[in-house]
Amino acid sequence: MTTKSSSKRTSVCVALCGSGGAGVMTAGNLLLEAAAQAGWYGLMVRSSGPQIRGGEAAALMRIATHPIDCLDDRFDALVAVDWQNIHRFADEVPLDGASLIVGDPDQGEAPEVYTKTGARAVKLPLKQLAKAIPGSWPNMVVLGFAAGLLGIPADKVKAVVAQSLKKGAEQLPASVAAIEAGRAAAAGEGDALALAAPTPVTARRWLITGNQAAGFGAIRGGVRFVAAYPITPATELLEYMAPALPQVGGVLVQAEDELASINMIIGASYGGVPALTATSGPGLSLMTEALGLAVAAEVPIVVVDVMRGGPSTGIPAKSEQSDVSIALWGLHGDAPRLVLAPNSIPDCLTTTQWAVHLAERLQAPAIVLSDQFFGQARTVTDRPADTGVVAERLVAQAGAEGYKRYAATESGVSPMAIPGTPGLAYTADGLEHSERGIPSSGSGDHRTQLAKRERKLVAHDYGAQWADIEGDGEIAVVTFGSCTGAAREAIARARAAGVKVRLVSMRLLAPARPKLLAAALEGVDRVLVVEQNHGGQFLRYLRAEFELPGAVRSYRHPGPLPIRPEEVHRQITEWSRA
Amino acid sequence: MNDLTTATALQPAAFKSDYKPIWCPGCGDYSVLSAFTKAFAMVGKKPEEIAVVSGIGCSSRIPAYLTSYGFHGVHGRALAAATGLKVARPDLTVVVAGGDGDGYSIGGNHFLHACRRNVDMTYVVMDNHVYGMTKGQPSPTTEPDWQSKLSPSGTGLRVFHPLVVALAAGANFVARAFSGDPNGVAAILAEAIRHPGFSFVEVLSPCVTFRPEQRNWKQAVHPAPVEPTDDPAKAARRILTDDGFNVGILYRGDRMVYAPPVGKGKKKPADLERGFEV
Repeated sequence: MTTKSSSKRTSVCVALCGSGGAGVMTAGNLLLEAAAQAGWYGLMVRSSGPQIRGGEAAALMRIATHPIDCLDDRFDALVAVDWQNIHRFADEVPLDGASLIVGDPDQGEAPEVYTKTGARAVKLPLKQLAKAIPGSWPNMVVLGFAAGLLGIPADKVKAVVAQSLKKGAEQLPASVAAIEAGRAAAAGEGDALALAAPTPVTARRWLITGNQAAGFGAIRGGVRFVAAYPITPATELLEYMAPALPQVGGVLVQAEDELASINMIIGASYGGVPALTATSGPGLSLMTEALGLAVAAEVPIVVVDVMRGGPSTGIPAKSEQSDVSIALWGLHGDAPRLVLAPNSIPDCLTTTQWAVHLAERLQAPAIVLSDQFFGQARTVTDRPADTGVVAERLVAQAGAEGYKRYAATESGVSPMAIPGTPGLAYTADGLEHSERGIPSSGSGDHRTQLAKRERKLVAHDYGAQWADIEGDGEIAVVTFGSCTGAAREAIARARAAGVKVRLVSMRLLAPARPKLLAAALEGVDRVLVVEQNHGGQFLRYLRAEFELPGAVRSYRHPGPLPIRPEEVHRQITEWSRA
Repeated sequence: MNDLTTATALQPAAFKSDYKPIWCPGCGDYSVLSAFTKAFAMVGKKPEEIAVVSGIGCSSRIPAYLTSYGFHGVHGRALAAATGLKVARPDLTVVVAGGDGDGYSIGGNHFLHACRRNVDMTYVVMDNHVYGMTKGQPSPTTEPDWQSKLSPSGTGLRVFHPLVVALAAGANFVARAFSGDPNGVAAILAEAIRHPGFSFVEVLSPCVTFRPEQRNWKQAVHPAPVEPTDDPAKAARRILTDDGFNVGILYRGDRMVYAPPVGKGKKKPADLERGFEV
């Protein structure tokens, strides 16, 4: 929790805003990198207007002494290069009387939505300062100012700028001078926002986005074929994979549409190569028919859905957890599938790696529900350990007598013949089929295969990673995905005030594991279900498939606003007193 | 061309499964099936080295009737599935089969991009100008005045010209064949499989149930009067101006084949971690 005393802060939130092209994202990234170099943790969430280029942009920064998975409730400072359309971020950048509004007097007054919060205005003549240093840019002054405000050492800032200017070293002196000018201006603000000293760095740390993490997790898991159709906010995952895959012997193909991309990965996986695609809601909608094919033909695939505001085109560049229902229910027929949800940026890696393992092991499609917040936010994290789970497919060996591709085995998983293997050729089919794979419309074959496909998912032991279960108490917060960070922080605040609350963040959404959740909620009499969508899609799923003990409340709102820690904390506090 | 009498070559019968087709008696697709088995024998492949990929429709049932590996996917997406398979498994011989509705209507976009992409595979469309499995609706190649329950006054729509579209989109091999001559289809198919890149073979394959008048195709077809060209403009002019029954290889190109290297990169996943380190 943030404090407003003069003692050094463990967490500070700063928003850097400006028109596209003003360089606030660059300044934000450099600030994050400098903080990371110095040993702090941090998070940078990107927010931008709908324009392709030149629209308003905001780097929403949080730097802290400890690992963080979400933004805080309020911002300590808003630093603006200019005010062009910056009022549009008012909801995303909540200020209060203790906040600072830092702007260039030459750009006019800050918008009223900010000034009416009572935040204190600080004049920073960005243009003048930058103009006085030929070859420098206002965003470097902003970087220097923000770093000064937070107490991030000048040498770390200089080092990351030098690193970023590798190909333009002649610009370095001007940039450094601009950073120093910004830092000098920040000196007047004292150390009210200065961070406490970072904890010693004992292990390797990474700077990574959720999209990169998911992509790398897929590679760790063994994915070597990706089909790609660009869509916001999943594109960066695919762009990460394009040059990375060939280095490990894999390949990425750009498809003509999402219908093609999912069918391509099914084709590649049928050929024995673990395969993945990434998309967002509109693409997932297009992929549902072929997801059913992967279910019926029992071809392992992974689809990462980086969720954004929906329905339809919705709000493409902003986050929302509103694809829960389509992921869980959105196929025709009885079509068991795996649905997993990472609950932090580093967990995008771990969960996607696990999804590859599960899809391959269970010969079924796995949908990974990431979201725009995870996908496009960049964080400083301890290196996620390699869990070692990789693709392990039960493959039929040449020479098998009387091979039955879809044999109704006890586990439900039947050996898969890989093309090229002599004597085992079969036809993978979306038509209902016999155990041999021959099309069949008979009731017996249909029942056998439906039960087989259900059994293999339900019978599997998913282990402890099905959910993160933390703390005890009679109130439990049940959530998933990117709400987890806020819920965790809310629970820590409640605990600090003597209220014990349990957290259950579900990583495995489907198949439903009602017994596991019941065990996790033993002794609980109040369940608060937290999710970021309008209709309560997660709550409805829990109601349909699980027994929830005692009273149940839903706390939810749609994107693009994140669920903030204090919102959850307030719910917990009010309910604990009731 | 491989000699069928050599010791290693399999006979066509080795490629025919014992599963009985669902097709109507007299369907042109029986002959195409027979041509597949002959062509596979001619190219000297073993069943396990071949994968036949299809979508949905009467002709798309063909994979199960062969002893090669088969993939019977969703309607219209066979080319996409085959692209993924061939790029991931360049060692396999990939043949895609389907009908005019599957390939030119619901799968039209994939047809264009498969031609453009020029992956080394062969696409065989058994064109009967009708949706047969759903019992007689007009397809993109149906004549505009053909009447059916779904189009009581005909479609009034211009007929889709797959061969010219394939040429314009970049297919590397374009041929027309007629199912009534299985040996002729087999010879063209074997050439198509051998030719690098995306080979497109349109096989006129009558639907005797819903388009009984197509029995007359036997009299209408004739060998193409000229040798195949490598000039797409010349090929397009010929195809646009012929009577639609010119049978033979019409175009052979030498465009670069899309075959990204797989398995070449030898780094371990851990080697990629450096990029994330603070």
